[in-house]
Amino acid sequence: MSAVIESDHHDHHHGPAKGLMRWVLTTNHKDIGSMYLWFSFIMFLIGGTMALIIRAELFEPGMQIVKPEFFNQMTTMHGLIMVFGAVMPAFVGLANWLIPMMVGAPDMALPRMNNWSFWILPFAFGLLLSTLFMDGGGPNFGWTFYAPLSTTYAPPSVTFFIFAVHMMGVSSIMGAINVIATILNLRAPGMTYMKMPLFVWTWLITAFLLIAVMPVLAGVVTMMLMDIHFGTSFFNAEGGGDPVLFQHVFWFFGHPEVYIMILPAFGIASAIIPTFSRKPLFGYPSMVYATASIAILSFIVWAHHMFTVGLPLAGELFFMYATMLIAVPTGVKIFNWVATMFRGSLTFETPMLFSIAFVILFTIGGFSGLMLAIAPVDFQYHDTYFVVAHFHYVLVPGAIFSIFAAAYFWLPKWTGHMYNETLGKVHFWMSFIGLNLTFFPMHFVGLAGMPRRIPDYALQFADFNQISSVGAFIFGTTQLLFLFIVIQCIRGGKKASAQVWEGADGLEWTLPSPAPYHSFAQPPVIK
Amino acid sequence: MKPSKLLRLPAVLACLGVASAHAAWQTNLTPGVTEVGESVYQLHMIIFWICVAIGVVVFGVMFWSIINHRKSKGAKPAQFHESTTVEILWTIIPFVILIAMAVPATGTLIKMYDASDAAVDIKVTGYQWKWKYDYLNEEVGFFSNLSTSQDQIYNRDEKGENYLLEVDEPLVIPVGKKVRFLVTANDVIHSWWVPDLAVKRDAIPGFVNEAWTQAEKVGVYRGQCAELCGKDHGFMPIVVKVVSEPEYKEWVLAKQEVARQEYELKNKEWTLDELMTRGEKTYGTYCAGCHQPDGAGLPPAFPALKGSQIAKGPIESHADIVLHGKAGTAMQAFASQLNEVDIAAVVTYERNAWGNSMGDMLTPQQVAAMKNK
Amino acid sequence: MASPQSYYVPEQSKWPIVATVGLFLTLTGLGNVLIAGQQASDTSNGWLMFTAGFGIMLYMFFGWFGTVAKESMAGLYSAQMDRSFRWGMSWFIFSEVMFFAAFFGALFYTRYLGVPWLAGEGDGAPNVLLWPEFKAAWPLMSNPNPETFPGPNATIDPWHIPLINTFLLLASSVTVTIAHHAVKKDHRTQVVIWLAATIILGAIFLGFQVHEYQVAYNELNLTLKSGIYGTTFFLLTGFHGMHVTLGAIILTVVLIRYSRGHFSSKQHFGFEAASWYWHFVDVVWLGLFFAVYVL
Ligand code: HEA
Ligand code: HEA
Ligand code: HEC
Ligand code: CUA
Ligand SMILES: [Cu+2]
Repeated sequence: MSAVIESDHHDHHHGPAKGLMRWVLTTNHKDIGSMYLWFSFIMFLIGGTMALIIRAELFEPGMQIVKPEFFNQMTTMHGLIMVFGAVMPAFVGLANWLIPMMVGAPDMALPRMNNWSFWILPFAFGLLLSTLFMDGGGPNFGWTFYAPLSTTYAPPSVTFFIFAVHMMGVSSIMGAINVIATILNLRAPGMTYMKMPLFVWTWLITAFLLIAVMPVLAGVVTMMLMDIHFGTSFFNAEGGGDPVLFQHVFWFFGHPEVYIMILPAFGIASAIIPTFSRKPLFGYPSMVYATASIAILSFIVWAHHMFTVGLPLAGELFFMYATMLIAVPTGVKIFNWVATMFRGSLTFETPMLFSIAFVILFTIGGFSGLMLAIAPVDFQYHDTYFVVAHFHYVLVPGAIFSIFAAAYFWLPKWTGHMYNETLGKVHFWMSFIGLNLTFFPMHFVGLAGMPRRIPDYALQFADFNQISSVGAFIFGTTQLLFLFIVIQCIRGGKKASAQVWEGADGLEWTLPSPAPYHSFAQPPVIK
Repeated sequence: MKPSKLLRLPAVLACLGVASAHAAWQTNLTPGVTEVGESVYQLHMIIFWICVAIGVVVFGVMFWSIINHRKSKGAKPAQFHESTTVEILWTIIPFVILIAMAVPATGTLIKMYDASDAAVDIKVTGYQWKWKYDYLNEEVGFFSNLSTSQDQIYNRDEKGENYLLEVDEPLVIPVGKKVRFLVTANDVIHSWWVPDLAVKRDAIPGFVNEAWTQAEKVGVYRGQCAELCGKDHGFMPIVVKVVSEPEYKEWVLAKQEVARQEYELKNKEWTLDELMTRGEKTYGTYCAGCHQPDGAGLPPAFPALKGSQIAKGPIESHADIVLHGKAGTAMQAFASQLNEVDIAAVVTYERNAWGNSMGDMLTPQQVAAMKNK
Repeated sequence: MASPQSYYVPEQSKWPIVATVGLFLTLTGLGNVLIAGQQASDTSNGWLMFTAGFGIMLYMFFGWFGTVAKESMAGLYSAQMDRSFRWGMSWFIFSEVMFFAAFFGALFYTRYLGVPWLAGEGDGAPNVLLWPEFKAAWPLMSNPNPETFPGPNATIDPWHIPLINTFLLLASSVTVTIAHHAVKKDHRTQVVIWLAATIILGAIFLGFQVHEYQVAYNELNLTLKSGIYGTTFFLLTGFHGMHVTLGAIILTVVLIRYSRGHFSSKQHFGFEAASWYWHFVDVVWLGLFFAVYVL
């Protein structure tokens, strides 16, 4: 199936090429998937290190370690790197590895563009991180970069921040186009839509969200660029603009963005829970419809991040009701997973542990989300640590745990070896404990009135902050164990069978472990 | 058990082993001292308990399966995987629950939005990094700055009881009266938040937002700026003193008297020493945040004034940048924030402090002339 | 579904990394220029990077599309491959639609909500405190703070140049469709004529637009700096103009490739993609004509 074309600058390969250039020039979905995953893990460590700086400063009241202006840069970069550098690339990496195998395709639909989507990222984040060393420092206006703090009052490096965001946007849009083209066009014969694994479904919908909102993000940073350098007045009331306009456009992107970070996680849980329950997923069609409903609703709830900006009453009510509605399809998903486990035959390997924790802790995060959705009460919660607790509960045990679960689940397929189960379980329990110690107390300090994005706080918040900081260091160091487990698994270990897990079901498990360089050279026939 | 106690339980468990030096943990929302705050608190607790109840059911079924349906106990998997009836049920039930939540929420929100018929109107303006309060009908206006010392913040001094939550001049409002806040900002977005008054409103430059409160209890209530507004976002607290009606009246009169005196100071003859003393104080409150107490600034963002070309150059251009600021930078126009005396004092101070010994001085009269140009 | 055996997976390629380096240099170069300009310091380093990056991008476009053209003519692309390209192009255009949506959103928001609120209308009543003099209007001729943002003297009359431009673009949509039909029938001279006509119509459109901008800047004092009206006007029409330029360039490339025999009556996706793009640009203009000029 491979190329038969003349080529003037390089030889032909049927397996992977050798050396560094293999990775730079590759068009193979597995190589590119691996690069995405490694990149994302590095970003996770960098973003996590920034979180640890934040937590170290917040260990006690008073300024100890950093200056306020640097603290703000840490908060901003931590958010940006975790969202755009860690979670999104990890999911794209998983999509690259898995979607062609799951739909029975040889590779992604547009392999060269695939390589381009990846390689933009290291450059974009290199640029972003380099701003920390520029005159005036890096971005210090929060990952939500509200104007005019991010325009008129921003450090000069904001220009590079804007271009870095443009580059990430280009990368995500091309990545999403590739996913859509692959799913729509490269399914093996017989793989009808309603037979696709849920991971493929959730990614199809995620890709649609990406294409719909990343250009809007590009639009809003372009407006900033114009306000900063060309004297326009989008976000300046003196010229008839409105700083709140920034927030509307940003959150029109931003809210779907948070679902971009959770829908693929839903797909992963829907693969793992049935496997270890040895029972088919309960309510497959309703899972598909629920995912689609969440995606559609996500376009009409953005202003729940803006309840305090002074929207008219009618707007406030509309966005409150619409936001609350999202609990319904999300609930359907939770109930379906529980029903899948109900009367199954359960075992608790590491991927299952992470998935169960995902369901429980994500639900807790969802509950606090629902509380935030109640506009009159959000006046008290908004911009406090209660919000920080909410989104870390949906992001860390939500997105990050699902990525860990996926890594453990498919590692044997990728490497051909089983990972060390004992160490995996240690990783899980340490993470679970560390995470709850870190983020649960944030609910309390938030309700008690501690604002977010502050480097120093009043004395009554001290105790819980101390616990949070201790938890963060437990959780953080535990992740080095994960690194160790993965490397150990790549280098050797018990040979994995093709099916790997007793209850596993799906096309990827019909391929040998490790999966061959080119996935399905011959399209499989389904049913 | 009372809800707040229950909430505290896991926290207490989590804290075992961590030394606890400080008193009185608060783990829940405050009901505050207003009617609206009370209904917000009620709403919060209702939703919280609904979530707990749903959680108990969902996690209950889940843990029951985890315990009883494990393979190691010989559980054989059932093969059912669909039921339209159940799906419909668990779509409709949450929907109904949501409606039950939405009804009281709507009522409270409508109440919060009705700012009509207020007895006192106060314009609240956010500045980097302080608040300004203008009583629109009483012709009283002043800035309110953090009063915690740098020594406390940088751990050179014992932290006081209200560390970071204390100001030089609190906002004063009468008890039992509806007070309307007209919230706006001068530079970037801030957010004016006092939990006990159940008010949080973003202060947006160029726009005015309305909010209101009616405090039912005399006392001192503290809050903070709640929107990231730059370097010292964590250091712009809000303190509101709710006082009895007569006390409020008295306070207003006293404030008006102070303003009159300030006005007279403008015409007085000032000596260099007097200006230096006053200037040091003004500098500490308004300028040290950026240019630092020792005048060294935080280059490159905030230039040093010690040895600065401008502070050692012609006095007119020095006064000019303080009066009018520099567009596009954090250096604001202080003409609208400081009176003539303070401007004169701070400029004089900067020209003669930290070894900038220029020996000259600016008088309030000169400032007034510059302002009127 | 076609048989995926024939699905062509290219070997390693250097173009993506070349493209990345090009993009990176272009943007960092531009960033350096802008920042240096803001601080009134030397911009030449920035321009150097920008030019280098832009050159690399051009090289990449020729190289990458050249490779694709070669592969396509070598018959490596199956019908399924063709469909992948179609999906790719359609979703790319959708992303462009969303980019414009952000700017249209900004226009409608400021016009129907922001500006009236500033003037103290409706829910913005307390704003009279800040801008007692300011009156809402659209086009907005006098801004809340006329000192920092002096408003324009007049606006562009929609029924002159913009109307002509509308006809030009509509006509060009027709001509490109005629060309497309001619491609299918293999009427080669016709294709060249109609395609060339499309490009010329696009060029005239651009010429008029440049003229309009000159008038706006020199006579009407309508500039990027004249407040929210100028802001939205120039950003919307400007981005559209850039898309017309890009579309015209793509059509020119397609014309050259056509005359070199790259497309057949059956296989001419490159041609179709260009025409889709052109239609998209056209539709955006219709939106602009009404939302920016007429209303
Ligand atoms: C993965 C990311 C993710 C996810 C999935 C969610 C999910 C949700 N979020 Fe969250 N959110 C964020 C990430 C996410 N959020 C981030 C990053 C921010 C902060 C941004 C910033 O300012 O920096 C934020 C902020 C945020 C706010 C703004 C708070 C503020 O700033 O004042 C609000 C307000 O409405 C909100 C609501 C919700 C709701 C209602 C959901 C719902 O989708 C949750 C639905 C789930 C459930 C409800 C649980 C399961 C359901 C059942 C068991 C069914 C039965 C339940 C009931 C009927 C109650 N979120
Ligand atoms: C997916 C997203 C994601 C993830 C995974 C995390 C993970 C973590 N986050 Fe973050 N967070 C955000 C998204 C995320 N966060 C966002 C969007 C914001 C808002 C930003 C804003 O306000 O603008 C935020 C804000 C935020 C705050 C509030 C800051 C403030 O308001 O000032 C805090 C405070 O504690 C915090 C803490 C943490 C911690 C302790 C972790 C831990 O999970 C981190 C775990 C730690 C590690 C993984 C470190 C591992 C590294 C080592 C052990 C060292 C080894 C080093 C090398 C080899 C180089 N986060
Ligand atoms: C919010 C931060 C901030 C505050 C508060 C502030 N300044 Fe500044 N100041 C700046 C910045 C930034 C500049 C540099 C402007 C520029 O780029 O030229 C500056 C410049 C100056 C300069 C010119 C110095 C030089 O060498 O360029 C003087 C004089 C000055 N400020 C005086 C004051 C005085 C007096 C006060 C208080 C009444 C004050 N500043 C408060 C931020 C601040
Ligand atoms: Cu002012 Cu934060
Ligand atoms: Cu949201």
